[in-house]
Order: sequence, then structure tokens, then C-alpha cells
Amino acid sequence: MNQETLHIASAELLAKMKQLKEVEKMDYLRSLTGMDWGTPEENDTQETMRGLGVVYHLESTSTGKRICVKTSTLDREHPHLPSVCHLWKGAELPEREVYDFFGIIFTGHPDMRRLFLREDWVGFPFRKDNNPEAENPLRMTNEETIDTTYIYKEEANGTLSRTERKLFEDDEYVINIGPQHPATHGVLRFRASLVGEEINKIDVHCGYIHRGIEKMNESLTYPQTLALTDRLDYLSAMQSRHALCMCIEQAMGVEVSDRVKVIRTIMDELQRIDSHILFFACLCQDMGATTAFLYGFRDREKILDILEETCGGRLIINYNTIGGVQADLHPNFVKRVKELIPYLRKNIQEYHDIFTGNIIAQQRLKGTGVLSREDAIAFGATGGTGRASGWACDVRKRLPYAAYDRVDFKEIVYTEGDCFARYMVRLDEIEQSLRIIEQLIDNIPEGSIQEKMKPIIRLPEGSWYTAVESSRGEFGVYLESRGDKSPYRLHYRSTGLPLVAVVDSLTRGAKIADLIAIGGTLDYIVPDIDR
Amino acid sequence: MEVTKKPKIKSIPYEEFKDNETLEQLVKQLNEGGTNVVVGVLDDLIDWGRSNSLWPLTFATSCCGIEFMAVCAARYDIARFGFEITRNSPRQADVILVSGTITHKMAPVLRRLYEQMADPKYVIAVGGCAVSGGPFRKSYHVVQGVDEILPVDVYIPGCPPRPEAFLYGMMQLQRKVKVEKFFGGVNKTKKEGKEEQA
Repeated sequence: MNQETLHIASAELLAKMKQLKEVEKMDYLRSLTGMDWGTPEENDTQETMRGLGVVYHLESTSTGKRICVKTSTLDREHPHLPSVCHLWKGAELPEREVYDFFGIIFTGHPDMRRLFLREDWVGFPFRKDNNPEAENPLRMTNEETIDTTYIYKEEANGTLSRTERKLFEDDEYVINIGPQHPATHGVLRFRASLVGEEINKIDVHCGYIHRGIEKMNESLTYPQTLALTDRLDYLSAMQSRHALCMCIEQAMGVEVSDRVKVIRTIMDELQRIDSHILFFACLCQDMGATTAFLYGFRDREKILDILEETCGGRLIINYNTIGGVQADLHPNFVKRVKELIPYLRKNIQEYHDIFTGNIIAQQRLKGTGVLSREDAIAFGATGGTGRASGWACDVRKRLPYAAYDRVDFKEIVYTEGDCFARYMVRLDEIEQSLRIIEQLIDNIPEGSIQEKMKPIIRLPEGSWYTAVESSRGEFGVYLESRGDKSPYRLHYRSTGLPLVAVVDSLTRGAKIADLIAIGGTLDYIVPDIDR
Repeated sequence: MEVTKKPKIKSIPYEEFKDNETLEQLVKQLNEGGTNVVVGVLDDLIDWGRSNSLWPLTFATSCCGIEFMAVCAARYDIARFGFEITRNSPRQADVILVSGTITHKMAPVLRRLYEQMADPKYVIAVGGCAVSGGPFRKSYHVVQGVDEILPVDVYIPGCPPRPEAFLYGMMQLQRKVKVEKFFGGVNKTKKEGKEEQA
């Protein structure tokens, strides 16, 4: 999947990006990665990237063409690059993330604040010459909420000037939701400005579970980095790990056996069903239907039992390895999966009976939080959210991997884009996942479950991007190696970050109670947003 | 009056629990000052009631929270032990299960939540991250164990702990509550730093 790569100087970036967006119809920004390529050295070739920069992965939803763009600036004192968030709305939060981690200021960005770290954080932790522990002891003072942000502009002489912008006016009624709130699904914080009962604007605060996984990866060996992927989005633990394994295998030029491919596909689908059932259970719980919550968890345990028997873990599964899987399938696996399929089919019907047709559920979900197809693409909101808005964005169809090219399944697409469509996409996807498993479970090919690997894994120099369809969208891995036994940079395309980015536009004009339904159906997982 | 009785959990023999020494130590401390008969009996009654209705705060930061939900659901059913009413407000909760990684940004928030809880209150550190930083020990933004900021009563290791481990940890807390002195609060002053390993 190593696509065409363009190296663009920062001065020409804006014009070139505009051309890519408008002429070549690159309307989907897949991933935006901050980079620290270090200071220039003598034996650099023209191709070598140096300085602080950004890697953009773009795709055209109409032609399917993909391109990778790299840009950088050599200024380490006041690094600045032009912002592209007027071209792709989805760039707004990732650019704030890059500012947070690398200190690159994006000129023209409407809201240049830190995204994850505290406002009083010293330094930029992802720079190679920064030692975050030294300057940042644990601060137990409460963080102050600042209502102003800055817009930076590059003057003709190359210096930066900034103008202040107010997030909330003085007379606005702003309420705080989270980080400790049962309906935010983790520690996410919203500040909502209300007019009566209607939401006027929402400001999202992330970072309450930012663990610096990407930075930690830079000092871990490749097999060690695998363990942390499970803890990103724990409801797509299998798929996230699959993505990283695929990326490393691709870099090494290893082809896994057919058996491994099929096993991984089945496991991914089991995990997807698990995640979608949990989505159903939590959404119902949030909306007051406690019985449905118990029903969901009852069925989820059946899947966890199967996963546990083979992999040894219930939630954090640690199953995929580089070049294979950890253990062979348990002798009971096939039998139990076959029992599961009719059992789930019967119970999904029960879900529809108990919740889908309920008049309260219908009235709360239908027509609320409508996301248009254009916005879904502009924000990069993939997964069930994108498909509910009519955007066929399934990576399993777009770029088939593992055994997805040999199975027949339907990509569920709804066009309404409201909460109800998002809910239905996920319930219907359970059925499609069952179909995939059904086709594969009887023909698991024989073969080895683990390719022979060297005791110390080193990757050649280069950069790779792989994506899988995780339970809630495109999960991408961007890996850059300099030939060492640990990655130079390992970036994960978070599936949840675009989903919280759309919260503001979805909730405008909606009632405050709808925020719960909208947040619930967007189905983000906070540890995956914060990484 | 001597506090003599061992903290009992129905259907599980005393010897099957680990770390009984800590509890015996607590009982010994309670006996050092001596107790009035009436107050002692009342203590027993109150502790019996409290230990069987510990209400947890709905608090979760990451993976362990999903296991906590599984424990609340039908299969593992913490309602059997009197923990079923999870409160969304810290002001109504007795125990905070710190399930998940606590980061630098979250630490003051967690501390504030703890301070909002009414006494007597308990803390359980659930999972590797809350116990010691776990897999994120090397991270620049993770608190190396929640006992750096809160007094922890019970530690439940695991990544994430199995639901059975949750239940065991909760039972250990119940046992601890059962040997506590409600009037006078001897154990409260001891609540600094590490105390018990579940």
C-alpha cells in the first residue's frame, strides 16, 4: 500500500493542497501525522526529510486514488506551517494535536490551543530533544479553563503575529459536562453553551486519558509495541493489533499463511460483534433502558468465552503477533462459533423487539444529530457513522486485507445520517459479520500459525501506512523506521478523533438531552481518541 | 469489650482469603484502647449494614471500566453482594473503584472527586495502571499508581482484572469494613499509603 509520496516545501504547501483538493478531488484526509525528522546532517540526500513536519494521507472518495504528502520546516524556535483545516474540516483537531506534541504553529488555524496536555505543560513531548518528565512533575492544582484562543498569521517578513479569539462570549450560558460523567463513555469533557435548552456551541476537551502511547513506542521494540495497541480502543483490540502486525509484516516483506489470514478475519469479526453489542447495550443504558443493557451483556459474554478459550484474554486479548497469531485455535472453537451464530441471530431479533421499535427510542433517535455525507467525508468520520450518512467507507471493501477479498458480505449504508441510522448500521453489521464468519468457519485452511521470525526484529528504512476497518472506523498505522529495532515514529489514526470533531456541528440547535443520544450513537472510545 | 469475631463472608471460609494478617492487625489495634459494650455492639451492627451496602461511584477511565460494566451485568452480578447501586454523583457514593489509567491531567479531577465523597469512604485501585502505572509506567503523562494521590484500601491487579478478581477485591473491602470501628474511627488515621494487597 505504499502509495505515491510528494515532498512539498512549506511555502508551496497551501497552493498544492488546494489543487489536490479541488482538481484531483482528494476530499478525504485519512491521516495527519506530526513528525520530528531532526536537524540536517552532512550526508543527507535530497530525498531526506529534516526538521519538524507533517505527513498527510489523502484519498479521493470518487476515484479511489491515494497520495501521501510530506512537508517540513527547519525552524525549531518558531516552527510554523500553513493550516489546511479550511480545506478539510477534519484537520482541525489533528493540527491541534501536532501543535501540542511538536509545537508546530499552524497559521490560519481558528483555534490554536493544546489538545491533550494541560495548558501549563512545559515543552513539546514528541520532539526528539525534549525530556517531558524533567520539566513536568505531577501537578495537583486544578486546571484553569481558559476562554480565549489564538489565531496566528504569517506576516510578509516571515514573523508570526497572533490575534485573540473568544471561545465563549461573557454573556453566554456555559455548562460543563464531564470528565466524570456516565454518558460521555469515559473521561471526555464538553463545555456546552446553551440558549434555553438548545445547544449553541460545544467545545471539546480531550486528554484526560492521554498516555503518550506513541511516544512510548519510540523506545520499545516492535513486539513490545504490539501490546499497547490493545489498550487504545479496547473494543477493537483485535483489529488495532491486526493493523500494526500487518504494517510491520508489510515492512519486512513477510506474507502470513492462509490459515493466519482466515483466523484473523474470524477474530476481527467476533470482536466487531462484541463491540456492536456493547454499543447497543450502552446506548440503551444511556437512554434509560436498563433491561436492554443486561440483554446485551448476556450475549457479549458468549463471545468473550470463545475469545478467552483460544486467546486467554477477555477484553485485552493480545492474540496477533508479527507473522502469525499467539496460539492455535482451541479444539472447541469451531463448534462454539457455530453454536453462537444461530444464538445471536435469535437474540438480535430480541434487541429489535425490545428497543428498536420502542416509540421513545424512535422519537429520540430519528431526525436528531443529522450528519451530511459531505461533512462525514470532510471530517473523516469513518465507520458506522460515515456509513449511516451514505458514505461507503468500509476499508474491508475499499482495500481488502486478510481474507476479506474471498468472502461475500454487504456494506451497510444508510442515507439519513441521523442517530437512528447510526444505530441501525451497527445492528445490521452484526448480521453481516455473522455471514462472514459463517463462510469461513468451515474452511479454515491448514498451515502454520506463525511464520519464522528473527529473535530481534529490525525494519528497513522507510515509511508505511496500513489501515484496517476497526469496530468504529478506519484505524490506520503510520510507521516510520530508520533501521533500528524500535520505530522512529509510530502514529495511529484514531477512529474516535474525527467522531468527537463532529460533535460540535451535530449538536448545534439540538436539545441538551440529544447530546446523550448523539454521543452514544457516534460510539467513540475515549482512550482511542487520546492515545 | 474485645472485638473478637473474624470478618466473615458468607459461604467462603476465612482461610481461603489472602492477607488475613492485615485484618488481624487492624483488630489488634482496635482492641488496644478497649471499647464500651454498648458502643461495641452498635459498631458491629453498623459495620454489618455498611459492609453489605457499599455503593460504588460510576467512575472509569479506560478498559477496566468495561470489565466493571460486565461485573454489574447479569452474569457476574455484583448485586449479590450489595454493590449494585452505582452512583453517578460522588456525594452519594461510598467507594470509588479507580478503574483505569490515571493521567497527569486526570489526577486533580480524581482527587476532587474523592474529596467530594462523604466519609467514611474507600478507594479500590483496579488494574495494573491504577496499582502501579502498569503497562504505561514509562509514560510521561501517567500517574505511577493511584496511591500517590489517594489512600488506597484494596489493590486488584490484572490487565484488566477478571470479574472474579473484582468480586474478590470487593469482598476484601467488605471484610475490612467489618472490622472497622465506626465510632471513633481508629482505622481512618491509618489510611495513608499502601495497606493491603488483595
